[in-house]
Amino acid sequence: MKTLVEVQNLKKNYGDKQAVKSISFKIKENEILGLLGPNGSGKTTTIGMMLGLLKPTSGEILIEGDKIEVDRIKILQKINFISPYIELPKKLTVKQNLIVFGKLYKIKNLNDRIDYLTSKLRLSDILNRITGELSSGQKNRASLAKSLINDPKVLLLDEPTASLDPEIGDFIRSFLEDYKKEKKISILLASHNMNEVTRLCKSILMMKDGIIVDSGSPANLIEKHGRKNLEEVFLKLSRRPNEHN
Amino acid sequence: MYGLFLRHFYLITRSFPRILDLIYWPSIQITLWGFISNFFATHTTYYNNAVGVILTCAILYDFLFRTSIGFNMLFLEEIWSRNFTNLFIAPMKISEILTSLIFTALVRALIGLIPAVLLTSPLFGISILELGIYLFFLFLSLYIFGITLGILVSAGLLRFGPSFENIAWSTMFLLAPFGCIYYPIEILPEIFQKIAYMLPLVYIFEEARNILINNTVDISNLIQAFMLNIIYIIISITLFFYSFNKARDKGTLINIGE
Repeated sequence: MKTLVEVQNLKKNYGDKQAVKSISFKIKENEILGLLGPNGSGKTTTIGMMLGLLKPTSGEILIEGDKIEVDRIKILQKINFISPYIELPKKLTVKQNLIVFGKLYKIKNLNDRIDYLTSKLRLSDILNRITGELSSGQKNRASLAKSLINDPKVLLLDEPTASLDPEIGDFIRSFLEDYKKEKKISILLASHNMNEVTRLCKSILMMKDGIIVDSGSPANLIEKHGRKNLEEVFLKLSRRPNEHN
Repeated sequence: MYGLFLRHFYLITRSFPRILDLIYWPSIQITLWGFISNFFATHTTYYNNAVGVILTCAILYDFLFRTSIGFNMLFLEEIWSRNFTNLFIAPMKISEILTSLIFTALVRALIGLIPAVLLTSPLFGISILELGIYLFFLFLSLYIFGITLGILVSAGLLRFGPSFENIAWSTMFLLAPFGCIYYPIEILPEIFQKIAYMLPLVYIFEEARNILINNTVDISNLIQAFMLNIIYIIISITLFFYSFNKARDKGTLINIGE
């Protein structure tokens, strides 16, 4: 499988504080890579650098061989992002939001794209409703539609099912699995939902204090650390004093 | 760019209070100043045509105010609606974002300006069009300066985050005394005059009064305002790019969106 994302020796310092300390990883096409770690471990900073919102102190991020610091606009055309911490403009309808973002991403055949996402994400009932008046689950699906409006090759997901009920959470997870298979996209999934990560990711990076403290498949990590499930592995690694400090 | 314009066009057309807000304040301000002007007309001989001069200057100042605040509002809307990150991860150059906001701010300012201009004629028998073709140049200068202030404040928002928001509201009030909007520059103390001469506003409003009171045109005022505008807008755009780079370095772009 082709490597779509390559992160090489990525570092980010805020003054004296080292938020990310030289991390490297790759994401192949048709792969979902899990990014786990306690709050403040550097996950958001890493995603921020991949989106071009943050300037790395050193290191490189390549998407299909293009460097984000050199070809920012070209790369932004083929990646997208969803997070519960950012929202679509609340006063616009879902359809208006999709039109706006479709125009920002210069999507050809935008109506067809919106129709496709409407059908896949069950948006037809809410398409003409005001985004701010939707339930969390409906907003989440609308945001997911926005994040797929440009048919991205790389999708960055920060807690995509946070605050969703189990049924909608399961729908989103199933959708992501199917969509990844269909489009062969790369997904970086930052999540605190260990069941979700176990289900979706073939490989995982465990971050703590800005470094990758372990990596592997969920099954391998569980076996390696002698724990029953991924949550216990997470707790063990999070609580363990950092050898690299 | 069209997409970003649409985003704000939809927002404006969806909300009646927003449209009312755009029309309400300019109209109230013009009406209020109309009555003040009438008072001057009956109690002082400072201006021969006090209503016309003061009201015209009020409309010009309001256009400047709307342009500057309008630009900042577009930026603040993205922060308030937590859409800021979505905007900056879209494949748009910073120059495209600025161009789009500059155009949208003009549309917003015009939505407020047109009813205000239309109100002055039936209420006070005044037409701002008396300034003739020079009205266009005066508006152009004010538009450029309004945008300049808007870009400067937005640069501050990028660099320092939402805490810079209050500056957005106070900029125009801060500059107003130096702008010599309703009085000649000679009224100001000497030190204030020196500051005032560094702003294009003085030349714009002096010229507006000159045309209305003396019926003459001093092109040098318009040129001076235009030259200062060019200098300030270059500085503001440079600062905006600098702030964007600083924000990428400091992490403000992530924090501002959350």
